[in-house]
Amino acid sequence: MRGTVAIAGVGLAGCGEAPGWTEMEIAAAAAKSALDDAGLTARDVDGLVIASTNIFMSGLALAEHLGVRPKFTESTMVGGSSFVGHLIPAALALNAGLCDTILVAYGSNQRTGVGRGEAGKYKMALDPQPFEHPYKPFNPPTSYALAAARHMHQFGTTRAQLAEIAVAARRWAQLNPEAFAREPLTLDEVLKSRMISDPLTVRDCCLVTDGGGAYVLTRAERAKDFTKPPAYLLGAGTAHWHRQISQMPDLTVTAATESGQRAYEMAGLGPRDVDVVELYDAFTINTLLFLEDLGFCKKGEGGAFVSGGRIAPGGALPVNTNGGGLSCVHPGMYGIFLVIEAVRQLRGEAGERQVKDAAVALAHGNGGVLSSQITALLGTKDTL
Amino acid sequence: MSPPSGPEKRYLEALAAGRFEIQKCAACGKHVFYPRVLCPHCGSDRLGWVTPSGRGTVYSTTVVRRKSADGGDYNVCLVDLAEGVRMMSRVVSLPPDGVKIGMAVKARIAEGLVEFTPA
Repeated sequence: MRGTVAIAGVGLAGCGEAPGWTEMEIAAAAAKSALDDAGLTARDVDGLVIASTNIFMSGLALAEHLGVRPKFTESTMVGGSSFVGHLIPAALALNAGLCDTILVAYGSNQRTGVGRGEAGKYKMALDPQPFEHPYKPFNPPTSYALAAARHMHQFGTTRAQLAEIAVAARRWAQLNPEAFAREPLTLDEVLKSRMISDPLTVRDCCLVTDGGGAYVLTRAERAKDFTKPPAYLLGAGTAHWHRQISQMPDLTVTAATESGQRAYEMAGLGPRDVDVVELYDAFTINTLLFLEDLGFCKKGEGGAFVSGGRIAPGGALPVNTNGGGLSCVHPGMYGIFLVIEAVRQLRGEAGERQVKDAAVALAHGNGGVLSSQITALLGTKDTL
Repeated sequence: MSPPSGPEKRYLEALAAGRFEIQKCAACGKHVFYPRVLCPHCGSDRLGWVTPSGRGTVYSTTVVRRKSADGGDYNVCLVDLAEGVRMMSRVVSLPPDGVKIGMAVKARIAEGLVEFTPA
């Protein structure tokens, strides 16, 4: 699979607040933006991919909305990691010759549309989870809080170290004109902000925004003909071991240990080869766990690793360069934004936040409650 | 499909009758929680029911913050039972932030749920 497919276009729509827009309209606007970026139109699309937390048969809805009659449709739903995960079946379909141009799109109006509380009630009625819900975990924060508490207990990780992650994300967001939260944020402010589920405060938790994103995937030989430099898929791996937090074997070790290894092996690369890192930071603890599990530091050393601004602008390892889910955008499922930011960095389009000479980018998606883990490595043509 | 119901209903009915029972696999000998059709360790469907000792250890814990008007803060935790299975629950009879990782706890049934008190 290495190097056989490439992303030819990326686009965003409605990030932040998009009052008056439906999920599918935001997804369609993002699709238009990505297709424009690739120099294509919806008429060129013969493969469609989407996932939604709310829309039933979302692949059919997207095709109908765009007027596309796809030869290949894919809607695997593994939470926020889905849109990183979609690279795998999309690449398989392209390599098998099932279709030529795949559009992956996502849209959500969770900030200004139907309230999450309301939607949550309906979901709970259909999917009761009787071994967790009766104890009223405030999910997802409570599940991630349990992981953070365990990591702190086992390795001495501190709230201040977690706060460093929130501050680093905000400093990146301040370099990104498209980020939602750009006002200054200090370590002390994170520590003193409202506690949600101990030890996580509201600033340890991601934003709640609207927004959509899309990317266009084609076979590598065709991607060369597009106007912008393609970002090649070098490796991808997926793993999951649980759905509910009470079934996670060790709350300090995620399945990213496996998904990362699979992606690195396919790419023939390791963590030292990665120039820019995009990690699914629904909560500060995520960034820390994934830095450990993807081999950027040893297990238990994530707290020390992120200290002193190491992952902030100007630090040794650029992580979540758009500002992440913590400060850029998080409409419920953040995965597609990881891929989009990785592509922009590889193309050198990231403006003030551009990582110099970025040739290899890692995008790591998380879904559920540290459940689905999907890692992708993307690279410029020099990495083929 | 010979039993009158699936294992989830069987578990919840026992609990409603005041009995906390978990599954044990007759093939590999491991305990299983939550209740399932197949043993997640070995794949066997020979899952029987046993009464656990009720002794456990807090594996992780959090305080969910809630306005006092809505009932105030409360504990949510993960407890490892002596039988080797983990469950979500709460520890009561002490303030929610008094629950600590590693604390020895004992199960009881209250309001149709398994909850724990310090052992």
